[in-house]
Amino acid sequence: MTDSKYFTTTKKGEIFELKAELNSDKKEKKKEAVKKVIASMTVGKDVSALFPDVVNCMQTDNLELKKLVYLYLMNYAKSQPDMAIMAVNTFVKDCEDPNPLIRALAVRTMGCIRVDKITEYLCEPLRKCLKDEDPYVRKTAAVCVAKLHDINAQLVEDQGFLDTLKDLISDSNPMVVANAVAALSEIAESHPSSNLLDLNPQSINKLLTALNECTEWGQIFILDCLANYTPKDDREAQSICERVTPRLSHANSAVVLSAVKVLMKFMEMLSKDLDYYGTLLKKLAPPLVTLLSAEPELQYVALRNINLIVQKRPEILKHEMKVFFVKYNDPIYVKLEKLDIMIRLASQANIAQVLAELKEYATEVDVDFVRKAVRAIGRCAIKVEQSAERCVSTLLDLIQTKVNYVVQEAIVVIKDIFRKYPNKYESVIATLCENLDSLDEPEARAAMIWIVGEYAERIDNADELLESFLEGFHDESTQVQLQLLTAIVKLFLKKPTETQELVQQVLSLATQDSDNPDLRDRGYIYWRLLSTDPVAAKEVVLAEKPLISEETDLIEPTLLDELICYIGTLASVYHKPPSAFVEGGRGVVHKSLPPRTASNESAESPEAAPTGAPPVEQPDVIPPQGDLLGDLLNLDLGPPVSGPPLAASSAQMGAVDLLGGGLDSLVRPGSPCIGGTNFTSPPAAAVPASLGAPIGSGLSDLFDLTSGVGNLSGSYVAPKAVWLPAMKAKGLEISGTFTRQVGSISMDLQLTNKALQVMTDFAIQFNRNSFGLAPAAPLQVHAPLSPNQSVEISLPLNTVGSVMKMEPLNNLQVAVKNNIDVFYFSTLYPLHILFVEDGKMDRQMFLATWKDIPNENEAQFQIRDCPLSAEAVSSKLQGSNVFTIAKRNVEGQDMLYQSLKLTNGIWVLAELRIQPGNPSLTPLQLSLKCRAPEVSQHVYQAYETILKN
Amino acid sequence: MIHSLFLINCSGDIFLEKHWKSVVSQSVCDYFFEAQEKAADVENVPPVISTPHHYLISIYRDKLFFVSVIQTEVPPLFVIEFLHRVADTFQDYFGECSEAAIKDNVVIVYELLEEMLDNGFPLATESNILKELIKPPTILRSVVNSITGSSNVGDTLPTGQLSNIPWRRAGVKYTNNEAYFDVVEEIDAIIDKSGSTVFAEIQGVIDACIKLSGMPDLSLSFMNPRLLDDVSFHPCIRFKRWESERVLSFIPPDGNFRLISYRVSSQNLVAIPVYVKHCISFKENSACGRFDITIGPKQNMGKTIEGITVTVHMPKVVLNMNLTPTQGSYTFDPVTKKVLTWDVGKITPQKLPSLKGLVNLQSGAPKPEENPSLNIQFKIQQLAISGLKVNRLDMYGEKYKPFKGVKYVTKAGKFQVRT
Repeated sequence: MTDSKYFTTTKKGEIFELKAELNSDKKEKKKEAVKKVIASMTVGKDVSALFPDVVNCMQTDNLELKKLVYLYLMNYAKSQPDMAIMAVNTFVKDCEDPNPLIRALAVRTMGCIRVDKITEYLCEPLRKCLKDEDPYVRKTAAVCVAKLHDINAQLVEDQGFLDTLKDLISDSNPMVVANAVAALSEIAESHPSSNLLDLNPQSINKLLTALNECTEWGQIFILDCLANYTPKDDREAQSICERVTPRLSHANSAVVLSAVKVLMKFMEMLSKDLDYYGTLLKKLAPPLVTLLSAEPELQYVALRNINLIVQKRPEILKHEMKVFFVKYNDPIYVKLEKLDIMIRLASQANIAQVLAELKEYATEVDVDFVRKAVRAIGRCAIKVEQSAERCVSTLLDLIQTKVNYVVQEAIVVIKDIFRKYPNKYESVIATLCENLDSLDEPEARAAMIWIVGEYAERIDNADELLESFLEGFHDESTQVQLQLLTAIVKLFLKKPTETQELVQQVLSLATQDSDNPDLRDRGYIYWRLLSTDPVAAKEVVLAEKPLISEETDLIEPTLLDELICYIGTLASVYHKPPSAFVEGGRGVVHKSLPPRTASNESAESPEAAPTGAPPVEQPDVIPPQGDLLGDLLNLDLGPPVSGPPLAASSAQMGAVDLLGGGLDSLVRPGSPCIGGTNFTSPPAAAVPASLGAPIGSGLSDLFDLTSGVGNLSGSYVAPKAVWLPAMKAKGLEISGTFTRQVGSISMDLQLTNKALQVMTDFAIQFNRNSFGLAPAAPLQVHAPLSPNQSVEISLPLNTVGSVMKMEPLNNLQVAVKNNIDVFYFSTLYPLHILFVEDGKMDRQMFLATWKDIPNENEAQFQIRDCPLSAEAVSSKLQGSNVFTIAKRNVEGQDMLYQSLKLTNGIWVLAELRIQPGNPSLTPLQLSLKCRAPEVSQHVYQAYETILKN
Repeated sequence: MIHSLFLINCSGDIFLEKHWKSVVSQSVCDYFFEAQEKAADVENVPPVISTPHHYLISIYRDKLFFVSVIQTEVPPLFVIEFLHRVADTFQDYFGECSEAAIKDNVVIVYELLEEMLDNGFPLATESNILKELIKPPTILRSVVNSITGSSNVGDTLPTGQLSNIPWRRAGVKYTNNEAYFDVVEEIDAIIDKSGSTVFAEIQGVIDACIKLSGMPDLSLSFMNPRLLDDVSFHPCIRFKRWESERVLSFIPPDGNFRLISYRVSSQNLVAIPVYVKHCISFKENSACGRFDITIGPKQNMGKTIEGITVTVHMPKVVLNMNLTPTQGSYTFDPVTKKVLTWDVGKITPQKLPSLKGLVNLQSGAPKPEENPSLNIQFKIQQLAISGLKVNRLDMYGEKYKPFKGVKYVTKAGKFQVRT
């Protein structure tokens, strides 16, 4: 007597048979038939033809039969909307049944019938059920509101169900509260702007009470909802934390992780000096470790989250290294995650253990895992200086195994080790060179070539080695080609005499025979450099490289802070903000960690300030590979290079700057080098005169580029607006705007005489204002202004006037006098007229400053309806003296890092996030950091004005 | 919330689907199959897969994949926990969670899934409540049902769903009132070549089987509660009492349930009850190698170690193994997985069990880089290796005197010895 018999009927007349059985008089037969129908449905057979017959069975007292029919209805009502109406009456009747189980079942099922026509009939029964005396019915009805909202959002709002739902948050039954929160959260997700879950200390208190008594699933919803709340001060944050901590001991891992999220978020508000802060840190470790003994799927999600937590607060798990040791029967996805965390936790104290483990892993069978383990050894070397030597010798041991992929990985990481510890481990180069032939992966080949080029003077046969690569130049990947080009140029600069032919060969391969613009451009740049000023070439190409740091693979602090708010969600698994991947690009609200606001102001000491970006000793962070131009700069240019513009070069502006600054300055002094007559110094002979033509054409392209970027045009100028209407000034109408052109600010005025008498003796004066704006010259109106005449005047301004903070900040109060009277008006000037021309910050400075400015000073804005690409945005802003320092592509989003300086010397740093593809749909995300946070709002407005015009 | 669920067997057939919102086409599983193919081994399929319009979150249990489809931002752990709960429920209802059992009881499965989730929100996941709503199948009941026409579905409101203790139903009655606790500890360890412990910890659980009438209020105390510093509790446990008095105080669910799980971390020294002497070597340039392992008792607290099994994943180049065990029997799968399993039985200290012999390698292939890890299973009755001891169990709220009992057992969890 099992149900499998329902699966066996596959004959042709099946539907007919079932139809007959469904209409049978015998109850038992009917029920069997419905069961068969359901069974067919579950395996995906189409039994929709039986709709009327099944619905006929609905009016029954048998609960099981009723449930089965309901199941069927939910599945097929959509395809048979007219028929489904037949069922409505039974539903309405069931909603008034004395048995709450039936009432709840009816309201639950009705909500699952996704047919517009039915929803109208649903409203009244639902309203009743939301106020039902039985909490079981109320909690079911709460979920039903969410279902209905999914089908017809407008209806739910019109019927006022949302308000009823909000009231349910204060229900006496915790289960009802939990479901109301769950329903509201789901509705809120499709309406990010609506303020559905408007949390205040009272509602928080109710949620916390319900938290202790509701089911585990309800606890998850409530905790996730709590995480969206921002406590008003550290006391409130602490009291919420205290009430949430017991959840860390829950058996359900999802509850634990949601509780961790709340704690991690609110901890941000607690002062580190607090005893409680330390207690909390201690309490967080055990539950996180416990998650790792659960099923592998749970482990995976937990590990992805722990990865974030470890980056944000390494102190939590610093003693728990061993639990991340990999077991050989862990699934591969768990192994890889554990490895990642092991490196993050590696420190001087535990490095010996970690290395021993990593070495063990490097001999396992799984190729991906082994590769990652080898890479991990390299990362340890970079992270923990004391271990570098041991790491290198371990890597050498591994190279001796001659296992192909192990060798290749080892070479890639050794390259990084050289970068981190120059002039320390070069003795191993000989061993590396032995394995040259076995390298078949581009990354390993590129790394090896880099090493050969970089240490050409110590490798006797460097030219032979590089020449051997050159034979198959066109078959190599771009990465290898670029590297080879650079390496040979380096070699040439180091050993000019023997390698002229080689360098010529590679330059012509790169510039003439290649279709790759990156390669060609790089080829031209080298060629140009070598031919014009070999000394400069040496300085540029062989410049000292910035040290790399282990921060390279850390998540950016701003993104990390955002992700911490998403612990336990899909965002945390993908390490991307939800806006980057949530279906349909629904406007996702950006979350950010709450700023620390102490209830006791004096307790706030500078030491206790932000934790967002821990002080980092390494000077800079190099963006991950991928951006070839960036790569070029990373490898070949260091900060202390010759011309000042070069020092400021960045990944994105790099190529342009290199030409605009480096080449320009080479060309500008009127040096005749373009003609090629100036080649006198020995190595320059490498460029034959016959090559003048390609260089010329190539360069003209490049020069076009520079002129486009030049800062010739002034800032954006708004159209004139009426500042002083004639009505208020006895017939004098003043309209005007502000401009900034080549470093000078002026106020463009139009004075119109709408009175009946002539106006003379104009004068103007400004009140003290926030940035000390003052007229630089008197107001010059040369002739008397006769009636109905107007005159245009440009009044130059300076910023050396006296300063007084205005409200709003950019308010300017002006007095204008003429022969009739004195008139006063005030106007708001756009902040971008104060952006100065030298507002481009050095890249290192930028990074240091960004980290240095406390997180509280960060302000986030959205710029909507700005359908521009990153390039367009950048050039538009540059016109108004907002300079792009670097551009990166992070998880499919373009990130622009920009700086600007105000006339009074305030620096504003900006991070602009652009979603490529459909910029019209997703707003630009602008984060501003500034030591004077009050200007942020106005800078944002300036951004908006510039970008939208 | 959870949109749909697909159950898929190892050969890739979708044999059951359930949709809690609108119907999602089966074709969404193609992304899963793609990932499965890439993963080679069924255990390595990533649990979270993104597709253009959905996310697939899956678990692998008892040779079945439970694949759920979600469309909005949902905590993945919530989904995974729920899926495991579904699998637990099937196990509970049908005795096993297999394709055959699910197909045999498809109507009950469907009813269960319908009760467990409403529109993607969990509704009733406590086994006590579910059993009140939908009676588990028994041979007797199905016979009775077919004769009398009554059904599996209860027609009363599950009372527990409304009370503040949703895990317990009202009006429980037993003639014999019993409360049994099993303290089960598993040792997870990695032992390195030289026999020293790289990592070890104890994962413990206390499983309870409570058959008590009425509304009993129990408190369980330990001789040494300080051992428990990292604990996960069943929702029935009053956290405050534990915080203040280190006593587990609770109104238990009816039947079998997991009361707590705990971890005794590596900071406290973990006793390792067995040691392994091993000598596995492969000779360069000759198609054979030596294999020799011996197992002996170490810190076993005077108890017998039994149920020992050793599993070894041999390197791919191993063709066959020719071994002699001093006790028990061994099998080697030379074709697919190259797994050696040695079923040892129990250790008698007078004569330590060993397995010795020759390994045949593929000729010409390079010798394996490393030696395989040994995976060891064992069991020790009447011992909780952490030293945890139950002190006493008191019952309040009811008048009768229950039978009480505690059983201890220690097992190997993920116990691996590197060679």
